[in-house]
Amino acid sequence: MMLAENVVELTIASQLEYIDLVTTLTDNITSMIGFDEESAYWINMAVRESVANAVEHGNKYDQQKSVDIRYTIGVDALRVTVRDYGEGFDPATLPDPLDPNNLLNPAGRGILYMRTFMDSVEYDRHPEGGMIVSMSKRRAPKQPSHDVSEGEHKRDAVGN
Amino acid sequence: MQLEIRERAVGDVVILEMFGKITIGEGSVQLRDAVGKLLDSGQNKIVLNLGGVGYVDSSGIGELVSRYTTTKNAGGRLKLLNLPKKIKDLLMITKLLTVFEIYEDEQAALDSFQ
Repeated sequence: MMLAENVVELTIASQLEYIDLVTTLTDNITSMIGFDEESAYWINMAVRESVANAVEHGNKYDQQKSVDIRYTIGVDALRVTVRDYGEGFDPATLPDPLDPNNLLNPAGRGILYMRTFMDSVEYDRHPEGGMIVSMSKRRAPKQPSHDVSEGEHKRDAVGN
Repeated sequence: MQLEIRERAVGDVVILEMFGKITIGEGSVQLRDAVGKLLDSGQNKIVLNLGGVGYVDSSGIGELVSRYTTTKNAGGRLKLLNLPKKIKDLLMITKLLTVFEIYEDEQAALDSFQ
């Protein structure tokens, strides 16, 4: 029986060194489910920004606190949640990085990039503490009954 | 090492050729240190050749902005050369394309200091 959704979960310590591990997994998942190279690059960046925020601003590098990343591979979209165990914040109170007075600020662009590259990005306080970021990106509507690579599509098309 | 930086002087202009990633942590720190070292030694005409950089995150963009400001405050100029399309996209999204002086040609970048 085919499942409607598959879930992949990863928990890392609050260390920047682990971010590359997360982005490698992100690349593997986006490639596996057929995102094109350009989309995969920006999804990678959105997840990276979210995890970096969780480590730096959420957990404040506290080694006792983890960051939980969950990928839900749906038929229509890839959904990614990133949870930290920090004090939480209200994203509406953050300075607008596009305000002319803020253009030269060294920080504060990560959420804008995430909102640009994903179809949806939502921030919620987790009922048990910390913040949870939920992002999604629609999959291209060309999937048949199962996932095959672009190369297999082409070979099928020419009858090989 | 996330970022390899090769330093080259042409007259009184220093070109930093960068290869790799400018991301939170090591890459951003390497960029900060490299520009800081130049400013400390009185070299404040700087070109960052980003043609070999395949990945920059928001921390890296922030570091480019910081080094631009620091160099300007030190009486110098920091300019960008050979921006890959994706870095250009990131600068455009955050309205930074007009903040930086950006060149496609090294000689044009060098001439701009005269």
